[in-house]
Amino acid sequence: MSVHIQDIQFKEPSARIKETLQSPPPAASRASDDLVDVQGEKMVLNLGPSHPATHGVLRVILEMDGEIITKATPDIGYLHRGDEKIAENMTYTQFIPYTDRLDYLGPLANNVAYVLAVEKLMGIDKLLTPRCQYVRVICCELARISAHLLGLGAFAMDVGAMTVFLHTFQEREKIYDLCESLTGARFTTTYTRIGGLSRDLPDGWVAQCRKFLDEVVINFDESETLLTRNRIWVDRTKGVGIIPKAMAIDYALSGPNLRGSGVNFDLRKAHPYLVYDQLEFDIPVGSVGDCYDRYLVRMEEMRQSVRIIQQCLDALPGGSVNIPDGKVVLPEKGKVLSSMEELIHQFILVTQGVNAPAGEIYFGAENPKGELGFYINSRGGGTPHRMKIRAPSFVNLSILSELLPGHLMSDTVSILGSLDFVMGECDR
Amino acid sequence: MQQTAEIGYNSKVEGEVIVTRADAALNWCRKNSLWPMPMGLACCAIELMAAGASRFDISRFGSEVMRFSPRQSDLMIVAGTVTYKMALAVKRIYDQMPEPKWVIAMGACASTGGMYRSYAVLQGVDNIIPVDVYVAGCPPRPEALLDALIKVQNKVAKEPLLSTQWKTP
Amino acid sequence: MTSLELADKLKSQFPTLISDPSEFRGEITVQISDANQMAEVCRFAKHTLLFDYLVDLSSVDNYGDDPRWTLVYELYGLGHHCHLRLKANLSEEVGELPTVSDVWRTANWHEREIYDMMGIRFRGHPDLRRILMWEGYPYYPLRKDFPLAGKPTDLPDVAFSNPAPLEGGPFVTVAGGKDTLAREPRVRLPDADSPAQSAFSKP
Repeated sequence: MSVHIQDIQFKEPSARIKETLQSPPPAASRASDDLVDVQGEKMVLNLGPSHPATHGVLRVILEMDGEIITKATPDIGYLHRGDEKIAENMTYTQFIPYTDRLDYLGPLANNVAYVLAVEKLMGIDKLLTPRCQYVRVICCELARISAHLLGLGAFAMDVGAMTVFLHTFQEREKIYDLCESLTGARFTTTYTRIGGLSRDLPDGWVAQCRKFLDEVVINFDESETLLTRNRIWVDRTKGVGIIPKAMAIDYALSGPNLRGSGVNFDLRKAHPYLVYDQLEFDIPVGSVGDCYDRYLVRMEEMRQSVRIIQQCLDALPGGSVNIPDGKVVLPEKGKVLSSMEELIHQFILVTQGVNAPAGEIYFGAENPKGELGFYINSRGGGTPHRMKIRAPSFVNLSILSELLPGHLMSDTVSILGSLDFVMGECDR
Repeated sequence: MQQTAEIGYNSKVEGEVIVTRADAALNWCRKNSLWPMPMGLACCAIELMAAGASRFDISRFGSEVMRFSPRQSDLMIVAGTVTYKMALAVKRIYDQMPEPKWVIAMGACASTGGMYRSYAVLQGVDNIIPVDVYVAGCPPRPEALLDALIKVQNKVAKEPLLSTQWKTP
Repeated sequence: MTSLELADKLKSQFPTLISDPSEFRGEITVQISDANQMAEVCRFAKHTLLFDYLVDLSSVDNYGDDPRWTLVYELYGLGHHCHLRLKANLSEEVGELPTVSDVWRTANWHEREIYDMMGIRFRGHPDLRRILMWEGYPYYPLRKDFPLAGKPTDLPDVAFSNPAPLEGGPFVTVAGGKDTLAREPRVRLPDADSPAQSAFSKP
């Protein structure tokens, strides 16, 4: 039997699914047609909530026609911990540890984004000391490298490249070392405070950081050698999970997922906070919007982050990291024990928290996963009346039910890996 | 006077013969090849990954074979916050693991609910499944997890196997 | 173009519906008097004023006030880089407003979350189900009269929930109480008769 090459040619997934849907076998011929089972019978496949490719506890209910997905229903909430409700029940400062656990791949960036939101509410965001601003930028970018490294490693591991995971984790351990000497914890950092930082950079930290930056660039090269022109990697990511520009905007994607689709939008450039307007860096933008583009964007973002940190370390100013306001920042411990005024400030700050004015603000920061926003509705006093966390992973995942249909089952793994979400942040 | 002692077992000493209890031999095999079921739920899962990755390397203790299928696992590591929505799924996965099985509750959330005292969080995974070792920390360092693993191994080593019935249903 | 100009344009299109823009910390907020017109306003804002990016959609529970709900829409335009906040009040008796998920598709999940957390319904929403809690959970946890500790529920084979012990948990100092217990309650109870109260008062 001869096989014509047209018969076995591979078609675009979307074309495949359209054909299946549009031309069902005619009803009359069904009984006689032996091949009727080949198309038509739908199978429901449950992916998650405990599945290695779902990076946590995402659950997707897939309706399959053979290997092709016809319908995808994401089910989230398996890590819903009630962060927003908890925020209403505690002071602004007490909530900082909870922000660590939103996007637990880059907690330093969450800390910074949250306190910037509170500072915006209090109107002290312009008063921050220069050193504090630079250190916060360094924190954000370290978090970005750390998060992208893990995202990349996990993505590669899901697609079958285990080595990359071990490579990237080697560098992440160095970032953990930096975090540990900076904050005392490996990744639940709780480093920032309203109006400043919990502590200044420790001795020798800058040199340690510079050493890390020199090493991590080599690691980027190695990872890229392993992936960028790897035939298997390219086959499994290129042309898979294409998000057109208009769709990305309609679903309000943010971060590398938005930029991978060719939208040049980065909050660090569009609405510079901290000292991002004084730093030189480029925003990588994809052209097609497939998994491969998103991978390339992340890869380049890490290199740009290295560039940013190097500039910050060069320009790092001296001075205090806290604003000199006893009503916002905790006084030094020594003074609390010896001076009446500091004692009172300390007592009020610890028991009642900072005194925020009534009003409402929204602040969004460019986090590793995208735009992490905080909407704070305050009625005055030390606790928010309502705090809504605009989680980038939540928004990014909402595209799944439209993105997955038409793809093969195995593409799901690539797509989930390339969207690079964290369930802690998605479910809050 | 210098003394030297051999590390490990020298098969020549007793002429290629070793005498031990069957329990001890079986448990020795068993404890050094615990296959974990990584129930990665939240932040702790990242430290669990770190424990499996380059620096800490859980394979030194024979547990690098992370199986995402409960049917192939002996040791469930509950890493992260167990929410009520997830709770019965965790229990179901535990039920699917073949006997004998052990559980490590990794981190404050899995042990007691931790800092998440809220309407959505199960206050400790021991409400639904039996836990052998609790690990403190939010999240625990990988060393702490490895320590917990060694504690489980010690427990496995002392488990009566043939001498008494393993478990009465 | 600035946010203020865009807000003025919005006002000239809907003069009776839209309040004067107010500014706080450099952000422009406009209030919409009738939540039923929300979709129309949003459609205009998207297509004519080019707010093509819905950043966020949230809801506020003004417990004790009437109207009880406030819906907050954060709009952004990727072309002109301007931010605008739309707000609309909604009374508890109505509890329903038109969906904007056909204007921006990202609103789909945001609206489901609001429905899940506060119980506000969106008319015309394609798939208004719970999203974070499980289907069949009887309460709306972000309402102010729902205790942080939660209430007991049981849905066999799906999920169950129990009140969390809050002793030693998060607490907030309230100024002016007559004794320490009143000033530093271990938990703020929205309702004295709620089950969490009895759980709390147990030894």
